[in-house]
Amino acid sequence: MKNTIAERIYDFLKNFPPFDILEKDQLLLISSNIKVTYFEKEKFIFEQDQNPHENFYVVKDGAIGLYRAMDNEQILVDICDEGDIFGLRALIQGDNYLLNAKANEESILYAIPIQLLKEIIKTNDKANKFLIASFSTNIRSPYAKNNNGHLFANEEMLQLNQSDLADIQTIKYSKHPITCSKNTSVKNAADIMCDKRVGSILIVENKNPIGIITDKDLRLKIATGLFSIQNKVADVMSSPVITSHEKITTTEAQIAMLRHKITHLCITKDGTPNTELIGVLSEHDIVVLHGNNPSVLIKELKRAKNINTLRYIKNKSYELLKGYIEQKVPLIFILNVISEINDALTVKAIAFSLTEMKSDPPVKFSWLALGSQGRHEQLLITDQDNALVFENVNEEDYSKTKAYFLKLAKKINDKLHFIGYEYCPADMMAKNPKWCLSLDEWENQFNTWITKPTEKAVMMCTIFFDYTLVYGDTNLVQKISESIFKSITNYEIFLNFLGRNAMENPPPLGFFRQFLVEQNGENKDQFDLKSRALMPLIDAARLLTLSHHIKDVNNTIARFQKLIEVEPQNKNVYLSCIDSFKILLRYRTTQGIKHNDNGRYLDLNNLNKSEKLKLKGCFSTIKNIQELVKIRYNLAQMM
Amino acid sequence: MISLFKHNNYPNFWKEYLTQFKQKQSKNIENTRFVIFDTETTGLNTKINRILSIGAVSVFDNTIDISKTFEIYVKQNNFSAETVKIHGILKEGKLNKIEESNAIEKFITFIGNAVLVAHHAAFDIEMINMALKRMNIPKLKNKFIDTGILYKKLEGKKDKHFNLDVLSDEFKIPKHDRHTASGDAFITALLFLKIISKLKQQRNLHYSDLFRASNRKGLL
Repeated sequence: MKNTIAERIYDFLKNFPPFDILEKDQLLLISSNIKVTYFEKEKFIFEQDQNPHENFYVVKDGAIGLYRAMDNEQILVDICDEGDIFGLRALIQGDNYLLNAKANEESILYAIPIQLLKEIIKTNDKANKFLIASFSTNIRSPYAKNNNGHLFANEEMLQLNQSDLADIQTIKYSKHPITCSKNTSVKNAADIMCDKRVGSILIVENKNPIGIITDKDLRLKIATGLFSIQNKVADVMSSPVITSHEKITTTEAQIAMLRHKITHLCITKDGTPNTELIGVLSEHDIVVLHGNNPSVLIKELKRAKNINTLRYIKNKSYELLKGYIEQKVPLIFILNVISEINDALTVKAIAFSLTEMKSDPPVKFSWLALGSQGRHEQLLITDQDNALVFENVNEEDYSKTKAYFLKLAKKINDKLHFIGYEYCPADMMAKNPKWCLSLDEWENQFNTWITKPTEKAVMMCTIFFDYTLVYGDTNLVQKISESIFKSITNYEIFLNFLGRNAMENPPPLGFFRQFLVEQNGENKDQFDLKSRALMPLIDAARLLTLSHHIKDVNNTIARFQKLIEVEPQNKNVYLSCIDSFKILLRYRTTQGIKHNDNGRYLDLNNLNKSEKLKLKGCFSTIKNIQELVKIRYNLAQMM
Repeated sequence: MISLFKHNNYPNFWKEYLTQFKQKQSKNIENTRFVIFDTETTGLNTKINRILSIGAVSVFDNTIDISKTFEIYVKQNNFSAETVKIHGILKEGKLNKIEESNAIEKFITFIGNAVLVAHHAAFDIEMINMALKRMNIPKLKNKFIDTGILYKKLEGKKDKHFNLDVLSDEFKIPKHDRHTASGDAFITALLFLKIISKLKQQRNLHYSDLFRASNRKGLL
């Protein structure tokens, strides 16, 4: 039977998540089983501690205020307007309502039977994820008791999608193949391969390729004793070779390799074995091209012979990041991969710089990454933050030692800049004499910051405490850490100062209509995602791990995980921090990629409902963790 | 005796309909089932024009249950090209149409003993009664409310008389599917809920107030 009204409800709901991702017949089923309810202003839809209804609600018209009753006071927690869902948490978790829902204006609500939704989310994975995410972001604490597990699986549930854009691209092949003549001995050929660090060598005659020897041939034919290393390459080479023209696409090359069960294709002038060899294409090149194999990228990075390759790989890692974000790869995985690439690029830049120095380092040293790179949270490349520490030396050797490392640091900073890491505008780089210090100097510096916690000192701590050893001596870093903890133990009040710093940016309470209602009542259109949403979580994680003397854990997610181990009673708070941090960081990265900037500021008017919901939930997490910090460090008294 | 004899000849659906009025009915707005309905017709003359479609929704405890709505299209030979531009129902359209007697049977079964509500209800009720007459069945027994008259009970609206479009605007009801029976029934239902809520704010509203004419002096 035709149902005009249900169709109209369908038209309304389809604009709002999660209804927008339901199948048409699923949404029609919901639409034709809705109850339309009218509420006068000031009427309650449900009240705190009531048993859950059979339906949850979508606001069609009007506005519903959600209030928490506390000591005879009604605290406004959230306002739901057109398209907002409320009253769902209690139904799914099967406990009583935690808030009062009251019509702030006269309102028309669509009441949707929970049973219907439950059945649909069984088969609609996307809708399920949305609901889980909006739970993690729902009005009260997202870490309500029944969420354990699946909430946080949300990030991890996302699967890697393989998309092969590169399939139809032509391949970049090696244009300078390593070759030898057919009379070369196997030993000489192997020497050449070692020298050039390649896994294969081509045998040419009159510039035409006639055969190939790979690592595998050496393993199968030489090492087994089948042939001696004095044999000529012609005796052991695989011949003839499979050739191709240079315009071959990835797919064609893969097919050719599969068909001939080979790992190398020779590129010749006209594509036949009878013309000059101009290059070689290995299976490795194809995998690299596909780019979705980060370990290959890192391998390629380790083999890089010049700085241009580093720049190329750096660009490629950005493409990799873009792909990951588009394909909704789990954030932890992305962080690991991108951080590893960042670190490997830095290591390589250091190695190149060291070879340019006239002499070896006079003493041991360590290169430290600071800030977001130190925390392994740098996705969009912002700028360099780094420092250098060298072993203590005698007073008479100090100045020349420092001069050596400053020179080295400058080379490294410049190289990193060339690769694509902007210089730090605040000059927090190892080439700055202030941040290229001996172990003693660093220990003093940290001790000064800790015992004289001026605002600036605390700010410095937030950057320098998040250091990670990227290159050099582990021992030096270990000593700095020990010294920092010693200073903190002797001067515990420092943590209160650090705590006050962590409270500097309270999160906004929520969105109302188009605007962000901040607790101080100020409306802003541009939202500072970094300082208002990410930093509070980062700061809290740092502070709390420091207070437990947890060493060597710098990553915010890892810090919260560690905190769960030592404070199991606060497990839920910390779990929700991890989840919020992931959501926010992914969001910032997505924004940055979209607008080609650092993703720090976002225009609230461009957010869709689901994004608002998620952000809103993150804010309440931040509020909770700040509350925890505030109580723990008695900050109310300090402020 | 004749009437008793006649009574026995009524079709079953009508007999069942009648028995529902023997039960005691609630005198409380929240516990009363209201059926808000609208008809699209070939014209405004109840004697010669015919019903093309009926749309209805039911309201119980301030709530419209979409799973219990009624929407039906009727086959008619009596057809007026003039009104097609209003309701958009073609004589040979793609809509699934049924015979008038069948449609009336279904409608009677749907409404039961509910209180009927329509905008300018007299016309729609008369259209149904005329169709019943063609089936040799007496008139509807339901109580009914005209939202046009109910509106006049609001303070300061006594002498006003408005069509559904104007009232929809005043009460901020989106005018989707205007001039389809279901669409108009849904709009009227929202209007009904909103007027009742307003009346409740203005005075202590009783069930019986809904049925009293507004122009009685000395009362209300």
